[in-house]
This record gives sequence, structure tokens and C-alpha cells, in this order.
Amino acid sequence: MALTREQIASIATLARLDLTPEEIPVYQESLSRILEFVGALERADTTGVAPMAHPLPGLTQRLRQDEVTEGDGHERYQLNAPLTTAGLYLVPKVIE
Amino acid sequence: MSALHTRTLTQLADGLRRKSFSSVELVGEMLARIEKSQPLLNAFISVTAAQALEAARAADRTLAARGGGALTGVPIAHKDIFCTAGVRTTCGSRMLDNFVAPYDATVVAKLKGAGAVVLGKTNMDEFAMGSSNETSFYGPVRNPWNPQLVPGGSSGGSAAAVAARLIPGATATDTGGSIRQPAALCGITGMKPTYGRVSRYGMVAFASSLDQGGTLTASAADAALMLREMAGFDVRDSTSVEREVPDYVAALEEPIAGLRVGVLAEFFDKGLDPDNERCVREALKVFGSLGARVTQVSLPHLPLSVPVYYVVAPAECSSNLARYDGVRFGHRCENPRDLNDMYRRSRGEGFGAEVKRRIMTGTYVLSAGYYDAYYLKAQRVRALINADFARAFEEVDVLIGPTTPTPAFPIGAKTSDPITMYLNDIYTIGANLAGLPAISVPCGFVQGLPVGLQIVGPHFSEARVLTAAHAFQRATDWHTRIPVGYA
Repeated sequence: MALTREQIASIATLARLDLTPEEIPVYQESLSRILEFVGALERADTTGVAPMAHPLPGLTQRLRQDEVTEGDGHERYQLNAPLTTAGLYLVPKVIE
Repeated sequence: MSALHTRTLTQLADGLRRKSFSSVELVGEMLARIEKSQPLLNAFISVTAAQALEAARAADRTLAARGGGALTGVPIAHKDIFCTAGVRTTCGSRMLDNFVAPYDATVVAKLKGAGAVVLGKTNMDEFAMGSSNETSFYGPVRNPWNPQLVPGGSSGGSAAAVAARLIPGATATDTGGSIRQPAALCGITGMKPTYGRVSRYGMVAFASSLDQGGTLTASAADAALMLREMAGFDVRDSTSVEREVPDYVAALEEPIAGLRVGVLAEFFDKGLDPDNERCVREALKVFGSLGARVTQVSLPHLPLSVPVYYVVAPAECSSNLARYDGVRFGHRCENPRDLNDMYRRSRGEGFGAEVKRRIMTGTYVLSAGYYDAYYLKAQRVRALINADFARAFEEVDVLIGPTTPTPAFPIGAKTSDPITMYLNDIYTIGANLAGLPAISVPCGFVQGLPVGLQIVGPHFSEARVLTAAHAFQRATDWHTRIPVGYA
């Protein structure tokens, strides 16, 4: 199936990706090709087959006790932050 | 004394223990080789020479006191997807160009604990998305067998570094073939363990139900030694499996007579280069001569593994990479107008073309109205492929076939069409979908380029897979070949 320019723009909005006008037709073409390619899945009969999300059958999500196991490392972690002040991450103003 | 760089990881670990040479000597030689090769091969993103020499001096002191672990003083490199405390971890992306990991990945900590000395971080496809190492923000890696060709990917830097004997062993990760495919294209041994065998803590996430860490080394014996130190349960990775790690090294010499080898009919398809096929068929004869019982098996749903992968992996990637928002770490655009503008431009600038393509594919297949048709459908077909493997392993102990359809291809040859690139992983993706351990070993040469043989086993059969690969390497010498100019 072929995707339109508008569909690519809408996917980019959902994915929070800024695309240049030149990038849109490139992704229009390649995503359409990929969707056509994965369309081969339609031919498989999956009646009654449960979807498989995890490669080790029967393994369930392990849970741990709800205890504090990590120390406070915020100063170290914030060394990688683009902008902080007083231990807080700064972003553009959200509410005027 | 033969040059240190031509020795295997196992030989180097032994030599260090016997004090035939020092870690400082060995690390110095490897650092010089890395520096000399870097302008051409571009196998490394960061070289940590000062830290490495300091660690080598410490290792020599430990060895002098007759202490240390299995890898004390042995130089290794980490794929730049593994977090290394205090050392830049880029994942091959502009997004993480300035990211200095605040902690060590479990794999990094375990190898450090075993005494290994880290020489640097290897180049890779951006966020491990690629099969040629051409999507790296830091430029392509070149294949040591021919610098006009790709080394494969995504662990292309680790593979090229081991092939060129810049390092005896390197870590790598495999989501759809990213260890085995570059191992095949570079003529080395690449081991992807069972999903959950090696901790993913501190390993930058791409597709969480498929990602698994492993090794790139010259031989299966080296892979056994390195994996034994890397594997094991980790409370910090919720998908890590609580199960004892067998001594893979001790199991290596077990005979393989009577091993039931299944030849996958679906792997000998029309896409397989006839010369590659010839090498693989010759390798099967070697297994026959070693007493293995070779039979034909069929996995009817396996041809759908690439389409399944290109729904599941992008879907998981789109959610995993949502964390790169320009707030806590990673690239942030200049002068954002508002929060949304900051997200969109930071991500638009920080990610390369292939990563954006996968994020968008994933976003689409997970979006309202398409989720059932693409994502759930792919997960159902994944279950069928998994059941095919389970049925096959009732009849055989291992499955053997080619690792890739062709030898290494020229840089730039497959960048214009993503599907052509994706089909490189046609024989490797199945093991990821089913979470199976698989190894690629060199099994011949076509016009001077190495060809890989793949051995796949049932869940947690790493010892069997490594033993079969080791038996093959005892009977052949393909894995000892070193590219011209690097011997």
C-alpha cells in the first residue's frame, strides 16, 4: 500500500520527529515499500494462534520487592542533561 | 616469539598467566595496531589508551601475585552500545555524541571482574540498526579483507577489529543477526546466546524482545571463554534468566559423534549465492566425517521471518527510542520555541535516516487501526516460527546452514533500498525471533572473501553449539586466516 505525504507527516507527528520537506518523499517511498514487503504476513494462516511477545515460552515477568535499592545519584545523572538548575531538568515553558 | 596479535584470546590469557609477556606489552602492541588501522578501518569510536595502560599495569601486578581471573590482562573492546562508566557511550548516534555513561553495563562489569582490559569502544550502525555499519554517525567501518567492502553490521567495528587482529575479542549485540552477519563477512566467530542468557542491563535498548549480547572472537574456544565470563543471571534485567552457567570451556572437547545435524531446507533458497552454498555443503561433509548424522529438516514458516522482524523490531524500537526527548540526556536542538518543537527538532536532528525510518515504521504499525493487522499478526506468525523450531529440535540437536546469502558487498551498494539491505539477515533473524543460541564460524572463501556457517541450537544449548563449532574448527583452518596486511 502506498502512503501519502499527509500520512508520513502524521506518522512523524506521532513519533515527534521533525522531517525536512525533502525527507518526506523519501520516507513515503521506503515506508510504502516496507509495508508492501511485510504484507506477506497476511498469507500466513494464524487462526487460533496466540500472539508471541517474548521468545522464552512460559517465562513470566519477574517482580521484585518494592524496596529502595538505588542511592540518590541525581547529580551524576544530570551531568548528561542539556539544561538543569537546582537539581531540576529545564525545558521550555509549558504553561504561559 | 610469534607476534602477540596473531594469538587467540585463549592463548593470550594462558601466556599472561605463564608470564611469557606482560599485559602492558600486549596492550601496548594492540593500541599501536588500533592507532595505525584507524584512518582506514574506522573500527573504533573511542580509544581509551590511558585507562587501558593503567589497567594493564594493575593486571600485571595481580598476575605477579599469582592472582586474577580468567581474563586478567587480556585486551578486549566493547561495542559502543554497552554503557561504560566515565567513558562516552554513543551507540553510533549523534543523539548520544556527548553521553558519558554514569554506570557500567553488567557485561562490562563482569568482564572487568574477570580481569579483562578495555582498549576502547567499537563503531556500529546507529542504535544497532543496519547490516553494513554504514548508518553510523561516525562513518562506515571498512572490511579488513577489502576496504571497498562493508564489514557487515550492526557490530561492524567489533568484527573488523577482531578480523584485523586489533583485539582478540570484543563484545557485540545481536537483534536480527548483528553478531553473526558481521562475523561471517569478516571471517571470524560470532556467538549470540539464548535470549536472557546475557544481561541486557546497561546495553542500549533497540528491540527488547530480540536484543541479546554476545561475543566476536577468532575461534569458538575463545567465544566459550569470553561467554562464560559474561553470561549469568542479573537481577537488574527483568528478562535475564535465573539458570546456572555451564563451563563452556570444559565442554569444548566433548566428541560430536552421533550429533544430529539438521540442514534447513529453507536456508538453501534462490537468494543463496552458489559459491556460498558450495562452502556450506563442504562444511556439512566435515560434520559428517566427524560422526554427525546429517538430515534434512524443514521450517515452513521461516521464510516469513524477515517480514515478522520488520514489524516487531521497529515497533519495539519506536517505543524504546521514545526516551530520547532532549530532556534528561542526549542531543537537544538550539532555541526551542516550545516543548513540542524541542522534542521534534532534537529527535529530527539527533537521529539518522535509518533510525527515523524504523521509528516511523514502528509508530505506524502500532497506531490505531493498524495494530491488529501488522503488530498482532506479526506476533502470531512469530509464534508459528517458534513452533517450527521447537518441532525441528525434537528431531535434531542443532540446525546448520549459511549465515548470509552472499559474502561482503561494496560500501554503498545496498543503501538506496532498505529491503535489499534487510534481506541480508534472512538466515539470521529466525534465531532472534525464537530466542535461540546461534554461532557463525568461517567455512571457506569466495574470491578471497570469507563465508560464514551458522549453527543454531535449542534454548540454553550454548555448550552444544560451541562444542560443535569447536569440533569444526579443529578439523578446519578457515578461522585462522588473517587478512593480508594484518598478519
